[in-house]
Amino acid sequence: MTQSSRVAEPVIAPALEMRGITKRYPGVVANDAIDLRVEPGEIHALLGENGAGKSTLMNVLYGLARPDEGQILLDGKPITISGPSDAIAQGISMVHQHFMLVPVLSVAENILLGDETMANAVFLDREEAHRRIRKLGQRFGFEIDPEERVGRLSVGWQQRVEILKALYREARILVLDEPTAVLTPQETKEIFAVLRRLKDEGHSIIFISHKLYEVLEIADRITVIRRGKVVGSRLPSETNEDDLAELMVGREVQLTVDWGESHPTDVLLTVERLSARNDRGREAVRDVSLEVRAGEIFGIAGVAGNGQEELVEAITGLRTPTAGRILIKGADVTHEGPRRLHQRGVSFVPADRHRFAVVLGFSIADNLVLTDYYASPYARGPVRDDQAIQERAVEAIGQFDIRTPSATVTAGTLSGGNQQKLVVAREFDRELALLVLDQPTRGLDVGSVEFIHRQAIAKRDAGTAILLVSAELDEVLELSDRIGVMYRGRLVAILDGPTADREQLGLLMATGGREQAAAVAGAA
Amino acid sequence: MSGLFEIPVLGIIFQLLDFLINVFTLNGVIILALTAPLALGALCGVMNERSGVVNIGIEGMMLASAFAGWFVAAVVAQAMPGSTPGPLFGFTVPLLIGLLAAVATGMLVSALHAWLSITIRADQIISGTMINIVALGLTGYFDLLLSQNPFPSAGTFSAFDPPGWLVDLPFVGWLFRMFLNQNPITISVIVLAVLLQIWLFRSRWGLRTRAVGEHPKAAETVGINVIRLRYRNVILGGVFAGLGGAWFTLDFGNLFQNGMTNGRGFIALAALIFGRWHPMGAFFAALLFAASGSLGIAIRTAPPPGQLGELLQSIPEQVLSALPYIVTIVVLAGVVGRSIAPAAVGQPYRRESTS
Repeated sequence: MTQSSRVAEPVIAPALEMRGITKRYPGVVANDAIDLRVEPGEIHALLGENGAGKSTLMNVLYGLARPDEGQILLDGKPITISGPSDAIAQGISMVHQHFMLVPVLSVAENILLGDETMANAVFLDREEAHRRIRKLGQRFGFEIDPEERVGRLSVGWQQRVEILKALYREARILVLDEPTAVLTPQETKEIFAVLRRLKDEGHSIIFISHKLYEVLEIADRITVIRRGKVVGSRLPSETNEDDLAELMVGREVQLTVDWGESHPTDVLLTVERLSARNDRGREAVRDVSLEVRAGEIFGIAGVAGNGQEELVEAITGLRTPTAGRILIKGADVTHEGPRRLHQRGVSFVPADRHRFAVVLGFSIADNLVLTDYYASPYARGPVRDDQAIQERAVEAIGQFDIRTPSATVTAGTLSGGNQQKLVVAREFDRELALLVLDQPTRGLDVGSVEFIHRQAIAKRDAGTAILLVSAELDEVLELSDRIGVMYRGRLVAILDGPTADREQLGLLMATGGREQAAAVAGAA
Repeated sequence: MSGLFEIPVLGIIFQLLDFLINVFTLNGVIILALTAPLALGALCGVMNERSGVVNIGIEGMMLASAFAGWFVAAVVAQAMPGSTPGPLFGFTVPLLIGLLAAVATGMLVSALHAWLSITIRADQIISGTMINIVALGLTGYFDLLLSQNPFPSAGTFSAFDPPGWLVDLPFVGWLFRMFLNQNPITISVIVLAVLLQIWLFRSRWGLRTRAVGEHPKAAETVGINVIRLRYRNVILGGVFAGLGGAWFTLDFGNLFQNGMTNGRGFIALAALIFGRWHPMGAFFAALLFAASGSLGIAIRTAPPPGQLGELLQSIPEQVLSALPYIVTIVVLAGVVGRSIAPAAVGQPYRRESTS
């Protein structure tokens, strides 16, 4: 420390200080006397598992939740925030994990909303707004068309719109909630460049994440929250991933699990030149061919919306392909429905469990037999056998560690992790030929993720063919023996899982390999 | 031109076109008048659904307003006999007070719908259905009570008389006649539709309304009060339903009849959807429905001569009477699948916990 900086220190108040924030919900203390100091021009990472209290803290800051105790200071002065408009007026803006953008409105309309640039008392001044938005974009290094509909932009660009929205309101403190969750590695890099630029201009950024390597890369300071309390604060230079993970989870965590070698044998699933349309009638899967062997995990990587959903639906009998064939153990199942496929030993864990896998208003027991309720031992003729169903539920609850007071409570009362365990119990616990996992760990905490991965590996080692689709590149990399990349409906590459390179995959996901091909052509 | 009609097969199509143009230009005035209640109902729908509230109670709102307008005007007319019509549109004090009563009734019933849909978060379809049933029952009951001791109506507004040279202009004169030779509520329809179109897509209010109907949470996070805006828009929508109701008993006719809206509130909903939730789109959809009704009448009362006339007259009368409804069904079946409603329509909004 030089003398001058020591003198200067008390003069410069932190841009934002949250002191002793406590927020209680019935039965839980979501935030327990949390202190957070964010300096001007600092990227401050907030690290914690799902449910640790990060979101609650940010909702308090943004006026969406009122704290029971504590104080918020801006530039050293205490302020009260009673709603989002208060927060915005004080220069605090939030980029939500699920973007708060209206898809049918234009970029400019989304940015203006709530803080409109007016030509007069009634009408908007579009010209001026468009000009300001273009200028703002250029300042942070990107060209944006203010008249484009937001729904037609990629997620990466939607994120830029969210950031522009904050900057348009002259936000000094920007909260980004899991900003990279939906981005490819390339898009993440680009967003990081934007964030660094913001920081250089003196903005303070609160960066919420549970991805350790990203936090280490971008943050100036890292605060870790566990069960509503601050459990540590670190500089990136004095910590590493293992240290942060331990702080975050509260016990030593093995970050890179070695799941052991796979021993693939016979081909169980064959997809031949498969094409399928999406709900709007556009070709979403184009000429996809792949094979999955018994005892291997075939991972599919890709930016969401490149046909993975339609491919999975075609394979699980939920969507009729327009061309091509699907074979299971050599039998043509292209036109078979879900029940027939189930009987052939095909199980499916869908991405959206509330829409496809769990009936929230049904009991756990009923949910566990949704696929088999009509057959013995759960039914005798047309009558269900409640006792057999109950016994099955008790067994599954024990075996799969579903945390619940009883088998008769509705599935809707379970936490996300336990709902997913319920689905896993139903879909995994039988003789399987093919297991299709679509985003099996989305939104789950580290413990549940580990549990589900362990179960999947156990099925692999028992000789099941597993098709894994995930937008989380890390998950695909961790589990897959082979990795296929989907881009605009095509399977553009198949790589060897253990040796696959994250950068290369990211590039394939973002460009479909065209840039790579161009680079090769240029070199030749 | 008549040479074209002689061409085999194709000729009949030319005859049909000629007939349609004739029907439309000759009956422009009545077609636009019949468009008015449909378009006003649809504008009420625009106000509701653009801000995320389903309103199938437009029929009932218009019926209640029709009754209130007629009743209040008649009562005032009795209390102050001998009021002379104004020079423009035949305005009289009782008629104006009746009009206000109709609009107020539309707003009041809308306020009930807003409260049930937004605050109570009741099923919006049920709320609308309830409004339709209650309006039909109550107005029918009051009408029955009054019919035992009938009293004279307050009359109607009268039509604006555009200068003769304007309506006699070649080719476009009929358009001026259609839009100007009208009673005040009918004239106001096109003005209101144009204004609402501009407001919805150019103003701050319009931007916020569309955002609230599509993604209320996004609106809330930028500091917009979703609940308040929805209330305001639903109640303002009642103004249109009120005007639509007044059209029946103060503008087009001068008497209340039980159930006189006769499904027009529902055709208004079809116009709203066919018009893709755009005020002008809804207006033109309403115009199409009204024109098809006129066409059915024209075929029965003044069929074209020759081959075409014989062909058209072979259509059963019941089919001709049902023409507007047939057009509605065809239009809805053909277009609605591709017409996309505001995303949040029908979903009650629950604010984030601010406790």
